[in-house]
Amino acid sequence: MSTAIGRPVDRVDGLAKITGAGRYSAEIALPGLVHAVLVTSRIPSGRIGHLDTYDAERAEGVLAVLHHLNLPKGGSVPALLPSLFGAAASGQTFFPMQDEVIHYAGQPLAVVVADTLDRAEHAARLVHITYEHTPAITTIEQGRDRAYEAEKIFAGFIPGRITRGDAAAGLAEAAETVDLSYHLAANHHNPIECSATTAVWEGDRLTLYDSTQGPNATLHTVAELLNIMPSHIRVVTGYVGGSFGCKAMIWAHPALSALAARAVHRPVRLALSREQMFSGCGHREEQEMRIVLGADRDGRLTAIRHHKLSPTSHFDDWAEPSLSVASSMYACDNYEGVYRLIKANTMTPTFTRCPGEAAGMFVMETALDELAERLDLDPLEIRLRNYAETEPGTGNPWSSKGLRECYQRGAELARWSERDPRPGRERDGNWLLGWGMASSAYPVTPPGGPQRARARIFADGSAVVQSSFADFGTGSATVMTQVAADGLGLPLERVRVQYGDTDLPNTAAAVGSAGAGMVSAAVHVATTALRDQLIAQAVADERSPLHGADPGQITVTEGRMHLRERPDTGESYAELLQRANMTDAEALGTWNPPSMMGTGYGTMTFGAQFAQVAVDPELGLCRVRRLIGVFDPGRVLNRKTAHSQLMGGMLWGMSQALLEGTVMDPAGRWSNASLGEYLVPVNADAPDVLIETVETTDTVVNPLGVKGIGEVSMVGTAAAIANAIWHATGRRHHRLPITIESVL
Amino acid sequence: MRPVSYSRVRDVATAIATVTADAGAAYLAGGTTKVDMLRIYAEASQRLVDINDLPIDHIEVQPDGALRIGAMARMNDVAMAPLVMERFPVISEALVLGASAQLRNMASMGGNMLQRTRCTYFRDAEASCNKREPGSGCDALTGVNRGHAVLGTSKHCIATHPSDVAVALTALDAVIHVQNTGGHHAYPIDDFFLLPGGTPQREHPLNHGDLITAIEVPALPVGRNSLYLKVRDRESYEFALASAACALRLENGVVAEVRLALGGVATKPWRARRAERALLGQPATRESFARAAAEEMSDAVARPMNEFKIELAQRTMVRALETLAARGDVS
Repeated sequence: MSTAIGRPVDRVDGLAKITGAGRYSAEIALPGLVHAVLVTSRIPSGRIGHLDTYDAERAEGVLAVLHHLNLPKGGSVPALLPSLFGAAASGQTFFPMQDEVIHYAGQPLAVVVADTLDRAEHAARLVHITYEHTPAITTIEQGRDRAYEAEKIFAGFIPGRITRGDAAAGLAEAAETVDLSYHLAANHHNPIECSATTAVWEGDRLTLYDSTQGPNATLHTVAELLNIMPSHIRVVTGYVGGSFGCKAMIWAHPALSALAARAVHRPVRLALSREQMFSGCGHREEQEMRIVLGADRDGRLTAIRHHKLSPTSHFDDWAEPSLSVASSMYACDNYEGVYRLIKANTMTPTFTRCPGEAAGMFVMETALDELAERLDLDPLEIRLRNYAETEPGTGNPWSSKGLRECYQRGAELARWSERDPRPGRERDGNWLLGWGMASSAYPVTPPGGPQRARARIFADGSAVVQSSFADFGTGSATVMTQVAADGLGLPLERVRVQYGDTDLPNTAAAVGSAGAGMVSAAVHVATTALRDQLIAQAVADERSPLHGADPGQITVTEGRMHLRERPDTGESYAELLQRANMTDAEALGTWNPPSMMGTGYGTMTFGAQFAQVAVDPELGLCRVRRLIGVFDPGRVLNRKTAHSQLMGGMLWGMSQALLEGTVMDPAGRWSNASLGEYLVPVNADAPDVLIETVETTDTVVNPLGVKGIGEVSMVGTAAAIANAIWHATGRRHHRLPITIESVL
Repeated sequence: MRPVSYSRVRDVATAIATVTADAGAAYLAGGTTKVDMLRIYAEASQRLVDINDLPIDHIEVQPDGALRIGAMARMNDVAMAPLVMERFPVISEALVLGASAQLRNMASMGGNMLQRTRCTYFRDAEASCNKREPGSGCDALTGVNRGHAVLGTSKHCIATHPSDVAVALTALDAVIHVQNTGGHHAYPIDDFFLLPGGTPQREHPLNHGDLITAIEVPALPVGRNSLYLKVRDRESYEFALASAACALRLENGVVAEVRLALGGVATKPWRARRAERALLGQPATRESFARAAAEEMSDAVARPMNEFKIELAQRTMVRALETLAARGDVS
């Protein structure tokens, strides 16, 4: 009966975005609106010596200059808890402007509020700050001798040391080993829309227009920071211009905008500048990894040892879980994973597109390629020989796994078996050509609590479905319209989905590729509940043609309830409601997800990627010509938006491989904090991308069997590219990004 | 940004008189660099005199065959002009490989000659920079200097000149025409761009109020066999790590005429005269190209992060020469 789900429906918000009619959080027009600008620390470590606001306060249009000496103290900083839990989700357990201590460059030290943005920016330059410097550590190299093994990382959810079997024994019995060290540059998210919040007080009630992946996360975090009741806060998230994780957790700016608005008694907009986006909402940390793989003569893994070293903040033991997916990818009884940290003068790193999976799998998948080379095995063959039929570590069955089909189809599309496996054999003018492949995987994680939606149908047979989730550019508003239409049995054009508002039924933040699965579950439950309620009403109504029928035999098509076997027997929702003198009917749907602590199944989205690269070794150029990805995402809600997300993810992976890296200046601040200097691909870099999905049915993860496609396609792309560069040139690369000077 | 006042002028004389009379005034052409500079506090003009209405945007051939490009001609219009594409493909290619389509539609040719370096320490108003604030020091020397220059540097400044088209124009011996209240001056392009030396704040010989009115490229038949090769991390919208503007004429497999200039590696658009001298009369082989390129870079001074540029620049020159040589004896 599904008719809308899966169809390549155009985005419901596409026209508004393309024409500029859609208003983003920094474009909300309000009477009396004024502008706040952050003044941030130049130095990474020390104290404020003197903070002189004399000139700033007297500049034209300035309403207030807030800093640690006059900022009204509020509540407490919530714990660092991933926003997938649906609770307060502070990005770091530090709130600025409470004292004169400086922990990192870019730390907010003052907020200037003025009547126009230009005046606020100018006055921000007039806040004169002297510093007392203390020694800083901002890179792995500077802090190497202070590294420690973490007890737990990632908000306390992942132990710092994970073992199964005996890695040392496994390595001792290996016929072949590789032992490789890697360095991966820090990354920043760089969505096109910088983070922004507009705050409005009406008495003791606060409305925040916030650019976020989780309006409820903003609500709960600000409630705790300001010590006000959640019931007195409303967060509205209309259009969001991308996130990539920098809007997954809640940083200082929403609360600061509210404090500024309270100070000046006017609505206040606080938008981070592009430069402030590099020190205002987290980053992917610089990381070193060392991996040791042991295998028997047939290429079966006997041991994996995978260690990571990375800087974190002074406040939190955070590392992205780079080892997790890589540890569950292949059947191997002996495993040792260790996270080591360095306390550094940076803010707490955070979720950054494919947090951990992209980095750890780059290491695993390139190391496995080197192992295959040593064993004279085809890279695809070594992966098949280590195929994990059950989840490594737990032995649990997979909720679904189509990886074998992904490998097979990808290899066909890439004509993998036809290539000359020896490196450096194919040339096109100045370009050496090569192919590489890698596996993809991304965990399916349920949200931390119930997810809700409300469905309301009017007597004319049109419906509105409400849920508080944010659509931050992924297309969730569109796919939820499809899910709602199918749940109710209505045509798409008779359904409107209202979202992005904490006054609507509760959902957790759309993070961790979990948004489509969890929100579709709530919308499905709500809309089918309303449908069943109306069917029950018809069955009970003596005047209905369906009176007395078995509800299980009734289905709904185009808003008309009818017997499945005898479609002419039935009536429309509108007829039923109008006859009963009802203007509408509604139902609340709640989806209780499986426990985050385990379903008894391994739950992952899988895929296989193949890349063709062209390398001009003389000029150091590496250009990707072709990317092929085949994935097993479970149910696809919209083929068009799914394709866009999968393609976007693969281009992130290309970007990770060849372009992206934030570089720490010797002065302890990010040196390339602009879109001119922090390189992301432009259209001219985009190769031909071919994407397919394989059919998988998953009855474990959520009602519609949606495994999520937000990030999986980034995993493995960089490895496939690096493996292809080896195939083109015979050279391995263990640093990301792979730059011109490393290819020369 | 700082408060600025703004006015618009319609003729050259008024423009020059207006800016000359006000030490805080500056010309505003396409604004693609100027407005950025003001926003990031790297420049401090208090008054902008908009010269977009000045009638100096023609692209035309002079009776002697020279190409005259009005200072207000937009980068894109020059790049797409058939006579430029035909007679000086190196100019057209350098323009098309620069900036983005949107910027090229706005940015003027005169403004391009005056664009400021992308050195992050110059653009960070609080960093030490002798170019922005003479005598304050140079954070780039010990900082992140992957993109910085290896030719023409001094202990006071290693900032790379960012322009692509100025490199092509340098190879072609263009002339910069300037007007001021005293009259008209013409600067050979290689004299127009100054080495930093002890005065990195002086990038050109212009005085306050001087207005570039035109760029003239002398008639040069070898210009028809020319190209611009730009090497960078991504395919578009990025400044060069190394680039070469090159024009070449062979006679019987021997270099009869060559023009070569480098971008992305020097503190000014860099005419590779040593390489040119080394090439003349030599066989058009990879070996002689490589020898000439090495000769050009023999005085290069690298920093830890940009050492690769010395090798990359040589390879870029060799590739440009090889590509043109492979097109045969075109004259």
